[in-house]
Amino acid sequence: MTTRKIFRSAIWLLFSLIGIAALYFWLQVEFIAAVQIVVYVGGIVVLVIFSIFLTEQAGKEMPKQSTGRTIAAVLAVLSGFGLTLMQIWTYNFQPATKNFDWTVAKIGSQMLNTSSGGFALPFEVVSMLLLAAMVGCIVIAMKSPPATNGKAKEELLEKLNQEHKTELGITEISEV
Amino acid sequence: MSHILFVSTALFFIGMYGLFTRRNMITMLMAIELILNSVNINFVVFNKYLYPAKLDGIFFVIFIITIAAAEAAVAIAIIINLYRSHRSIDVEKASEMKY
Repeated sequence: MTTRKIFRSAIWLLFSLIGIAALYFWLQVEFIAAVQIVVYVGGIVVLVIFSIFLTEQAGKEMPKQSTGRTIAAVLAVLSGFGLTLMQIWTYNFQPATKNFDWTVAKIGSQMLNTSSGGFALPFEVVSMLLLAAMVGCIVIAMKSPPATNGKAKEELLEKLNQEHKTELGITEISEV
Repeated sequence: MSHILFVSTALFFIGMYGLFTRRNMITMLMAIELILNSVNINFVVFNKYLYPAKLDGIFFVIFIITIAAAEAAVAIAIIINLYRSHRSIDVEKASEMKY
């Protein structure tokens, strides 16, 4: 976050995501760790690096921030961090003694369970959300969106006419 | 358990710091990813240590990861489109829809 080269910060993000996956391995939830590596490290970071390459030169340094804003951000973040840490240390958690038992089969059967305690409805909602996001991406990223509203169409027509006129002028001149 | 919560709190506030100071849209997107990851860590830790008989935290983590992926894809599509029209991805310069 503190580096000023955007490509370097993307690489640091990659390493920190791998570190979080390692933390999940250490917590013995290997399924979440695998999902983390596949989705974040394999998908999102690659997407971010692609967009960095598409939008600007990767080696270019970002402009420096104003010091007042940086100081305010540091103060706010440190105070929030201290407050949260105080809460964590003073509230003494009592960990349960039972073992955390999960299996992928359990997760799957509960995820598609329609009775109470099942997660079938959120699952369907999330899949609809993914579909909508995909369609939205394609619509946003279309190279030349069709001019649907009247104003844009008129502007486009005017532009075309002007170009046509200039072309005509050029041809007339060349003929002369 | 408190140590892992310490790690996730640190991650959350590093992401907040990035979100506050950076004006570059891709960097802000990366900061949001950091924040979501710290929340995921919290969910897993609370599920493992406080409610080991249930699996709700794991489901929340899975759904958050899915939504984060969708959100990142949409955000990057918007950013690339904005760069095409404005030649810049600075949030200060994309203020014409503000008022």
